[in-house]
Amino acid sequence: MSALSMRTRRIVKNRAFLALCLLSTSVTILILALLIMSIMLQGSHFLFNSEAINAVFAHGELSQLTKVIRWEFLTNFASRFPQKAGIYAAVIGSIWVCAICALLALPLGIGTAIYLEEFAPKNRLTALIDFNIRNLAGVPSIVYGILGLTAFTRMFGFFGSDKNSALSFGPEDAWWHIQLPFGQGLLAGGLTLMLVVLPIVIISSREALRAVPASLRQASLAIGATPWQTASFITLPAAIPSILTGAILAMSRAMGEAAPLLVLGIPVFIANTPDNLTDNFTVLPFQIFNWAGRPQESFHQLAASAIVVLLVVLICFNGVAVYLRHKLRRPMA
Amino acid sequence: MPDTQPTLSKPATAAPATSSAQPSGEKITIRAHDFNAWYGAYHALQNITLNIPSQRVTSLIGPSGCGKSTFLRWINRMNDLVPNARAQGTLQLDQDDVLERNFDVVELRRRVGMVFQKPNPFPKSIYENIAFGPRLHKRFQRSDLDALVEQSLRAAAIWDEVKDRLHNSALGLSGGQQQRLCIARAIAVGPEVLLMDEPCSALDPRSTASVEALIRELRQTFTIVVVTHNMQQAARVSDLTAFFFEGKLIEAGATDGIFTNPKNKQTEDYVTGRFG
Ligand SMILES: Nc1ncnc2c1ncn2[C@@H]1O[C@H](COP(=O)(O)OP(=O)(O)OP(=O)(O)O)[C@@H](O)[C@H]1O
Ligand SMILES: [Mg+2]
Repeated sequence: MSALSMRTRRIVKNRAFLALCLLSTSVTILILALLIMSIMLQGSHFLFNSEAINAVFAHGELSQLTKVIRWEFLTNFASRFPQKAGIYAAVIGSIWVCAICALLALPLGIGTAIYLEEFAPKNRLTALIDFNIRNLAGVPSIVYGILGLTAFTRMFGFFGSDKNSALSFGPEDAWWHIQLPFGQGLLAGGLTLMLVVLPIVIISSREALRAVPASLRQASLAIGATPWQTASFITLPAAIPSILTGAILAMSRAMGEAAPLLVLGIPVFIANTPDNLTDNFTVLPFQIFNWAGRPQESFHQLAASAIVVLLVVLICFNGVAVYLRHKLRRPMA
Repeated sequence: MPDTQPTLSKPATAAPATSSAQPSGEKITIRAHDFNAWYGAYHALQNITLNIPSQRVTSLIGPSGCGKSTFLRWINRMNDLVPNARAQGTLQLDQDDVLERNFDVVELRRRVGMVFQKPNPFPKSIYENIAFGPRLHKRFQRSDLDALVEQSLRAAAIWDEVKDRLHNSALGLSGGQQQRLCIARAIAVGPEVLLMDEPCSALDPRSTASVEALIRELRQTFTIVVVTHNMQQAARVSDLTAFFFEGKLIEAGATDGIFTNPKNKQTEDYVTGRFG
């Protein structure tokens, strides 16, 4: 075969490969666009105020601008009547439960990662732990729900049933009032979500630590820093941007989980926000799941509206993660 | 009697230490005697006997894989980080037995600074790079620390280039500047010995020249051991040269002697560029 035809063949192959890549990318983007459009269309009814939109865009009444969004949808509790229904309890519940999850999972997960990556000896035991963590990251979240139900909601029945709790701490009206077992309360939810995201936090943090060049650790040790000082003053600060990125992505996973909380048996209709750590709560994905399961079309529209809100929150999370990666990972100026 | 020994002596198996060109009575900082090192079952260094005098530049030369870095990294016990590395024999720093199991390696590494092949400044400001080490070992008043940072940067001949941007990132410096910063960082904790493993091999000729000049300068204060693959460099910067080959110390002595009048055939072949 002549050199020329070889070259032509190579060029053709190159082009074909490029076209294939472009095709698959555009299909993905198309699907995503279709998804977002159909949800926006369905969800717009309860999210936006058609009269206000008309006033602003057709008649230029800018004073109506703030009314374009139907704020009631965000500030009302759930209701049997679609027109009155809102996601307030779900939003507050999601924030609470994610905050608890973050407070528990991040220190625990990052600490574990630091230990495993920087201090643990490389032996059979740590290899086994590593293997297990990787497997746990692949366990379906509903399985963690069952674990959460036994361990946190019921506490293996040690403290009586969750309806009739045996133990409680703190004054009834304090936010830190806790009763055992946790029942379907915030703590049970946060702890269960912690189980879901812990392997993810550990794995992403370990990867972030591993990406710190060994030469930095050596430099630090060589001027007489202890391994502990090296980890806390050199390795961890260098890895923090990537660790935070991973942590935020893990939190957006927690924000979007419905299945494990479903197993705990959290309620859908809640007419008040949680008062304390073991008070009942509901979350956005669960609210969406519930509305979507109803026969009436209006509830499907409500579900779509709530999905839009959830998506906006998740996109914000991801945006922060991307920002952090670009801003902080660049060596300090 | 350390003082009457030749400064650099050949391994016991070789002919009498005729190459000991150094005047006796010189202070020895690092003393290796029948020193052996292994990686797992691999015998990387065999019966090394070498005395390194204080306030001199000693260069270690030899073909790749002959164990120069291994020797260097045992002096400050950086080889502790290699899981299956072990060593036997005598390795002393000012009479202290470095290989002793409970030897305080943190203190050892404060006394023995190290400069690596690739400049490895911390991703922090120039000031923080220098201040990091001293602060680990002692609490400082701000003004004392400022003075120490300046003094270290001056000693590393980089003060004038960085004095206006102490709080900028060290990663913005050129390779040669970074390497001198790393030397300043090592100096800042007040070591007596500086180990340098091919400190110029990642640098361009001009930066190399500046680092070499610095090494010659620092000899007055520190005991310096430098590994190099560059014969001219060894000839330019070092007072003494030790030639390693396949894990053994073949010949050691005054640099002039090694380069102009080597006693050993292998040394001669190596320094004249016939192999390696
Ligand atoms: N971490 C390690 N594990 C196992 N063997 C090693 C390790 N480090 C070095 N060795 C082996 O020990 C021998 C000496 O290595 P060393 O790095 O000391 O050589 P060197 O003289 O510094 O070489 P170079 O000039 O290429 O840097 C080599 O054969 C090398 O393969
Ligand atoms: Mg080497």
